[in-house]
Amino acid sequence: MSSQSILINGRTAPFETGESILDAAKKIGIEIPTLCFLKRAMPTGVCGICAVEVEGASDLVTACNTPASQGMVIRTESPKVVARRRSLIKKLLSSGNHNCAVCGTGSGEWERFQALVQGRDNAQELCPVWGDCELQNLAFLYQVQGENTPEPAQEFPKVEINPFIVRDYARCIGCGRCAQACNSVQVNDAINYVPGEAKAGEFPLANEDCVFCGECIQACPVGALVEKNARYTVRPWETKKVRTTCSYCGVGCQLWLHIKDNRVVKVTGVEEVGPNWGSLCVKGRFGFHFVGHEQRLTKPLIKENGKFREASWDEALDLVAKKLGEIRDAHGSDAFGLLTSARVTNEENYIAQKFARAVIKTNNVDHCARL
Amino acid sequence: MTNPIGDVEKAKAILITGSNTTENHPVLSCYAKRAARFADAKIIVADPRKIPMVRHSVLWMRQKLGTDVAWINGMIHVIIRDKLYDEKYVKTRTVGFDDLAKTVGKYTPEFVEGITGIPAEDIEEAARIFAKAKSASILYTMGITQHICGTDNVKSLANLAMITGNVGREGGGVNPLRGQNNVQGACDMGGLPNVYTGYQPVANADNKKKFEEAWGVTGLNEKPGMTATRMLPAAHEGKLKALYIIGENPMVSDPDIDHAKACLEHLDFLVVQDIFLTETAQLAHVVLPSACFAEKDGTFSNTERKIQRVRKAVNPPGQAKDDWWILVELARRMGYTMNYAHSRAIFEEIARVTPSYCGVSYDRLEHDGLHWPCPGPDHPGTPCLHKEQFTCGLGVLHAVEWIPPAEQPDDQYPYYLTTGRHIYHYHTGTMTMKSDGLNKAAPECYLEITPADAKGLGVADGEMVEVKSRRGAITVKARVCDATEDGTVFLPFHYAKAAANKLTNTALDPIAAIPELKVCAVSISKTA
Repeated sequence: MSSQSILINGRTAPFETGESILDAAKKIGIEIPTLCFLKRAMPTGVCGICAVEVEGASDLVTACNTPASQGMVIRTESPKVVARRRSLIKKLLSSGNHNCAVCGTGSGEWERFQALVQGRDNAQELCPVWGDCELQNLAFLYQVQGENTPEPAQEFPKVEINPFIVRDYARCIGCGRCAQACNSVQVNDAINYVPGEAKAGEFPLANEDCVFCGECIQACPVGALVEKNARYTVRPWETKKVRTTCSYCGVGCQLWLHIKDNRVVKVTGVEEVGPNWGSLCVKGRFGFHFVGHEQRLTKPLIKENGKFREASWDEALDLVAKKLGEIRDAHGSDAFGLLTSARVTNEENYIAQKFARAVIKTNNVDHCARL
Repeated sequence: MTNPIGDVEKAKAILITGSNTTENHPVLSCYAKRAARFADAKIIVADPRKIPMVRHSVLWMRQKLGTDVAWINGMIHVIIRDKLYDEKYVKTRTVGFDDLAKTVGKYTPEFVEGITGIPAEDIEEAARIFAKAKSASILYTMGITQHICGTDNVKSLANLAMITGNVGREGGGVNPLRGQNNVQGACDMGGLPNVYTGYQPVANADNKKKFEEAWGVTGLNEKPGMTATRMLPAAHEGKLKALYIIGENPMVSDPDIDHAKACLEHLDFLVVQDIFLTETAQLAHVVLPSACFAEKDGTFSNTERKIQRVRKAVNPPGQAKDDWWILVELARRMGYTMNYAHSRAIFEEIARVTPSYCGVSYDRLEHDGLHWPCPGPDHPGTPCLHKEQFTCGLGVLHAVEWIPPAEQPDDQYPYYLTTGRHIYHYHTGTMTMKSDGLNKAAPECYLEITPADAKGLGVADGEMVEVKSRRGAITVKARVCDATEDGTVFLPFHYAKAAANKLTNTALDPIAAIPELKVCAVSISKTA
């Protein structure tokens, strides 16, 4: 039990040495907004959104990288804090194509801006992550609108040369979470970005070290990094999310399958539990198209004269039962072998070996563990 | 794995061998990379290829193919010679140390250099790093096991871990990384020829009685069955008449595919149950369509023995059915009735008959998985095995000698070939090759060949070559790079069109019956 504590908004928050103000607040359920903060990486404080007021300090401090120290008295939503956050948010909104919360400075300005952004994206909608954006959430929370209407310019390139990820610098807020995800979490070192120093366009993706794990997409708080095949096609409110376990290698990453119209349209990592804590690889994140693929088998097939024909379940199963029974009776149980699968569930493997052992009476059961 | 995945990040030394971890277990590899980057862990890579993990290592030992027992014995030699082993652990928790010490006596670093090509001083260095680390983890995969001496390779690694006291220690362990989502579970569930669920031997009268009672049958077979690698030759010999294959594609994954095909064609009756009409399914008499992971409920057990839920997210296409439903229906037609309303009911039966799973239930798995053994409903599971003592009491140190691979280069087949996966495709490609992005990233097969070998053959990067072994031949694009050493080439085995396994050797490890997929001899020539 910790003997150290600080006071946040009048409530006592215990902490351990080394924990930040943000950690201590989280423990007692006080939410401090963040943008650049990424779990599992060293906090940088570069965005400044988590600014809080510490009694006796000359300026606001960033909660994510300021260690809690005994007796601190902190206010997380004081007028000074709110004013700072509003000004930071406004600056971010005005820095690119954040057209969800922009008001024009004069007549026609707003419309012109929207037309430019939509034309550039070749889209009818405002933003590829509309409704799933942390900057947008903050803009609504603090009632901020961007003021100027920047023209989508050469200095904000859109990079879509790789097969999986679109990086739109016009929507980048320079928080550096993508770089942290890449360099501190996945340790792929594919994004060369120093928070606060690099300009948009200077930390490209898809260099030779990028293996398209998509950790950067999952880390991006805005619409600057988006799955290529979900961009402008998948809206969060149109999908339902189902949690499951990845079906590729043996690590067993926990996945969210995003489902729209009975199809998997996107995959993200579950951040709350291991073994992956939100991380995925290129196959787990982008290799889901086999699920509803047109080449899937949909009916039992029986081969006749060297060619397959479709059959009903009754016909196919009756035939298999008859043939297996005949072979067992004529040649004995051990003339039958069953290869169960490292790809199917425990329950199915159990039934498969039970079938071989209890029904056919053979132990000729194996699977692809050796191959 | 003896230890949980999270432990890899707690290790102070990590020996990675026969595992291209960043490509084949990318998310797990991050634990090792973070340990090296942020916690000063020292990674030692022992691999014939310059795999991406080498970049994160302090030491890379490039062994010649099939020489693993030699370099591991070499490390053990140094550790014993310099008294760097954990004497107390060896005394109280293991048996067989004297025999081991005697056997490794001749494996001096110089002797080992002669066999493996690893410089003697690197063996010394690796031994010191490993033995002196507060906790040292070993990660390995098929590069260790797919040899005629695969069992010996694993025993050697276990020796190394045990004499340094690293089994049962946080951040240590002997950690095979399972290559398939539920290969652990398939083994746990008795998908093996010699055991029922939870590794209860079939050749045991009590177990026979137990399962006869549980399943309401008589006459369960006490004779262990055949492994997959022995079923195929048995089919060729006419002993095996019918084969039922679920979700496996031996026509791409098995060694010596042409022979595998001949074996399958010899069967009186072949049933394949799969999600696609795979190369193997095309040979079947009956093909049964099954549901894929996103279309069903159930559980998988991952490489760290963690049982996790699988949940239905979409409906299966057409009339495709859960694999268990198909088998239950078939059993009914053969006179045996099983009644399960849902996969949950099957899991409850598994828990009843399997001591290591008996404390696990769907309710407990709702938020997070559980590591087996989990022997009771209140038991928290067992992330780390062998903590206080080994399951079997004392840990047995096995003195093992190095033997050369079954096939070595000669005048006719002068190159060594090794095979593996790369990051963009999975196994036989049945699933991943349905994603355009992955196909774009890795469209076709390639042969990794060194600049010197390519020059000797007059082959330029991107040119087509024929690769031939005693068993078959394929045509493939040359990728000239320094991944392997001169005289050794590499092929990914994903691609049915240029199937590496047309070339590979069927020679088996005598104990595990695993084929020597990682070493064979080939010739290479430029195609006209």
